[in-house]
Amino acid sequence: MNRPNDIRIGFYVCHCGHNIAAMVDCPAVAQYVGTLPGVVLSRDYKYMCSDPGQELIRQDIREFGLNRVVVASCSPLLHEQTFRSAVEAAGLNPFYFHMVNIREHNSWVHTDRIRATEKARALARAAIERVVHHKPLEIVKVPIHPDVLVVGGGIAGIHAALTLANAGKKVYLVEREPSIGGHMAKFDKTFPTLDCAACILTPKMSEVGSHPNITLWSYSEVVKVDGFVGNYTVQVKRKARYIHEDLCTGCQDCIAHCVYKEPKFEDLFNEGLGKRKPVYIPFPQATPQVVLIDPEVCLNFKRNKNPDGTPIVSDKCKKTCVEACGEKRAIDFTQKDEIREIKVGTILVCTGFKTFDARRVPAYGYGIYPNVYTALEVERLVNASGPTGGEVLLREGKNPDGTPRKPRSIGIIHCVGSRDKKTNLWCSRVCCMYSMKLAHLLKEHTGAEIYNFYIDIRTPGKGYEEFYNKLLEEGTHFIRGRVGEVTDWAMTPEEEGKLVIRVEDTLAGVVRRIPVDMVVLATGLEPQADAPEVRRLFNMSCGGDGWFLERHPKLAPVNTFTDGVFLAGCCQGPKDIPDTVAQAGAAAAEALALIDRGYVEQEPNTAYILEQECSGCKSCLPLCPYTAILFDEGRQKAYINEALCKGCGTCVGSCPSGSIVQKLFEDQEIFSEIAGVLAGEPAPAEPS
Amino acid sequence: MPKPRVAFYWCASCGGCEETVVDLAEDILGVVEKVDIALWPVALDFKYKDVAALPDQSLLATLLNGAIRTSEQEEMAVLLRRKSRYLIAYGACAHLGGIPALANQFSREQVLRFNYEDAPSVVNESRTRPQVHCEDQGRTPHLPEFRHVVRALDQVVDVDFYIPGCPPTPNLTRAAFDALLSGKLPPKGSVLAPDIALCDECPRKASKPTNVAFTEFKRPHQGLWDAGQCFLAQGVVCLGPATRSGCGAACPRGNMPCTGCFGPTSRVRDQGAKMLSSLCANLAARDEEGIQRALAGIPDPVGTFYRYGLAKCLLRRKVSLPTNGD
Repeated sequence: MNRPNDIRIGFYVCHCGHNIAAMVDCPAVAQYVGTLPGVVLSRDYKYMCSDPGQELIRQDIREFGLNRVVVASCSPLLHEQTFRSAVEAAGLNPFYFHMVNIREHNSWVHTDRIRATEKARALARAAIERVVHHKPLEIVKVPIHPDVLVVGGGIAGIHAALTLANAGKKVYLVEREPSIGGHMAKFDKTFPTLDCAACILTPKMSEVGSHPNITLWSYSEVVKVDGFVGNYTVQVKRKARYIHEDLCTGCQDCIAHCVYKEPKFEDLFNEGLGKRKPVYIPFPQATPQVVLIDPEVCLNFKRNKNPDGTPIVSDKCKKTCVEACGEKRAIDFTQKDEIREIKVGTILVCTGFKTFDARRVPAYGYGIYPNVYTALEVERLVNASGPTGGEVLLREGKNPDGTPRKPRSIGIIHCVGSRDKKTNLWCSRVCCMYSMKLAHLLKEHTGAEIYNFYIDIRTPGKGYEEFYNKLLEEGTHFIRGRVGEVTDWAMTPEEEGKLVIRVEDTLAGVVRRIPVDMVVLATGLEPQADAPEVRRLFNMSCGGDGWFLERHPKLAPVNTFTDGVFLAGCCQGPKDIPDTVAQAGAAAAEALALIDRGYVEQEPNTAYILEQECSGCKSCLPLCPYTAILFDEGRQKAYINEALCKGCGTCVGSCPSGSIVQKLFEDQEIFSEIAGVLAGEPAPAEPS
Repeated sequence: MPKPRVAFYWCASCGGCEETVVDLAEDILGVVEKVDIALWPVALDFKYKDVAALPDQSLLATLLNGAIRTSEQEEMAVLLRRKSRYLIAYGACAHLGGIPALANQFSREQVLRFNYEDAPSVVNESRTRPQVHCEDQGRTPHLPEFRHVVRALDQVVDVDFYIPGCPPTPNLTRAAFDALLSGKLPPKGSVLAPDIALCDECPRKASKPTNVAFTEFKRPHQGLWDAGQCFLAQGVVCLGPATRSGCGAACPRGNMPCTGCFGPTSRVRDQGAKMLSSLCANLAARDEEGIQRALAGIPDPVGTFYRYGLAKCLLRRKVSLPTNGD
């Protein structure tokens, strides 16, 4: 392999305190590398990333005329930028630097010091071979589109959108449901302060609705995302609501005048506990204040559909709603789904969670016994604008006068679908607190005896432990033990007509049977059912548990592995409202930091096609995850839009004629690196 | 001025390369007009000792076809190297190892045992195998030794140029002679063919869809193929994208897929690996089972992707043996 002349390499091996030095003989590595061709100087140093460490590199470059630098230390993810900057500060192109990972890839994973040292030598030798072939590269600056897309209109999306809009950025807020508000809009009170959820949320919702910088698209979904940080092109499907949003005033006369005199259809906002009409508004404070028509049940639509799944207008209804709407003419039965295309620079994914389906734990009887409820149902029951107007009335059982019965005893089962190998391993973080909140509210509403069945009470937030203490003082019962089953099989006369909770009380050391009127299941949080599709749409990663993966759990908690795409709220993992809002603010700040800088620096390790050599076989075209490869029909050759290329190397590896080159990963660089690592050296003498 | 002298020689080959020289047809007369043929065992009677007697470097060029398997082939390669200013590896076997190099999947012992004992058509009760020396009627004839592996020419001696193909096409041969005689030669080590993949000159190129998304593979005999459509689009493995052009897409024009005889472009170290990488990356299936089902259509991957290139590829031989042939 031809070798450029006048190569002057400086090599540095970092002790990283004891992190590396404990398992790798750093001075021995430095001494060995000093004997390799092209190496002018070779040092070991305690902390290369420290200011003196970086200064050492800068000084040596000037003093010894180094033109290549190799540092063997930690992962390039941590300090590649640090050392590149140091090299650049001394007047050398930063891409004449190469980093060797002898910490994560070596000292942290090995236990044999002699062999770990040998491996460090091999890895260093590979880098020395490789860096010889490095070429100077230029970082390209690409401008950032200042508009932002926020996906999901729960509290995370609302807070992030407002933060960005108040900073003067144009925000598109896309929400799948007819109204923003998310789960928080369904809550009655929030823990531990017991603020009314609506009272603190709805002002923010209306601010979103009226903010001049926010384009709110409810009942809409992102269907396609193209592009890269700073320059995303996004397609949003605006689902037909059969109402012109700009013409509807939210007067709701149409609802009042619907041919259905009484609400008849399942009201999903109220968890199915209430009813609504075919034309409806999800809840009184819904934002936007725009009704919508459900074509599945509206009489003006046929029950069969077009082959593409779109509804067919029957025109059979008297259309009293249209009459009621009158001159506003907001109702339009011919409306179709629409695709809108927008350009944004950054994307905040705030798509939230779904609650665990309690039917998956049949032993607890949800869906079998009517008086077993999920926590979210109870939120709606205790809510003044809920289906019962805030009265806690049982689904089954009547008072002697025929009125619905109120529970006199209630059992709240914690950790349903959480902390369980059979369902989900994680702690959903909010259930202890919301269970205690519901215990408090139910006691307030009904005066019932409340039993909490818990594995551990987890109250690590500000004011949370105090809330727990308050509940203890209120006389709520806390029984430590995972509930075995909920049954209606009475063994004593007192148990007749009740739901019996069987549990081992692990503090008392006895198995107990506790008869109650009502069971509340504290269901955990789960990733949304369509999280895998959403992940692909935005090119993010999921952890093994299905939550979207942040770039670094500690140091980049709202970033994703795709630049310009940020995370906030429960789509990243279960969290309470304070944490969600804090995270949404952080995500907004990260987006702002990008936007206000005005440009992104693009890693120059992009690929390019050798124009003369490309045979136009098209093998590479479908492989690019960033759709950066295009086909020039005129010249019958492929070409790469380097602004879109992320340097993944997929096309390079697969080009059958070797006509795609990736900068910083050219064949010569890789082959010499391989040759270096395999070159071997005399085996070190075994210690006698 | 005396005419420059050239030699043609063959090693482990089928004779097809010799045919190509003959296929120059009338053009051979033009060649003979300009050069003297110093050695051409397939057509003219020469003695090796005459070659040995030539002064070193006295031949302008030797076009050597065939791979190197025996000690005799090795000796001749070394000898002709010394006698020639330019040693040209002629054809796929000298260039890449060719079909004979497929034997590198097996050890020498396996090859000999099968061919002299186990093959169904062999009758050899005494289990006689070729010997390097034997006594026969008071004389001791010497036979060449059968080496462990098949090698391409440049794995034995230094090679100046390569003319690819199984066999090379007359136009490439003619162009090579023109270059030799005019002295307008490319850098040493060049393959005397365009350095772009075959798709570039394939008449079916335009019919290849952007996303072939392979669901199954068929071998050429398993169907009747649309003469106008890209073979890959029809699910037939065609090595065109990974193979150097210069043949004028002779096989696709004859409704057969490219099998890769021109070898890789100068930018590729391992033609088979590159084709595999490209093909597998374009499989439609994303699950193990679907992938297995599609790949079941390629029962002989070595013979498919390394039909000509096994001697020179990055794969280790089936038995780990020294690459110098011993």
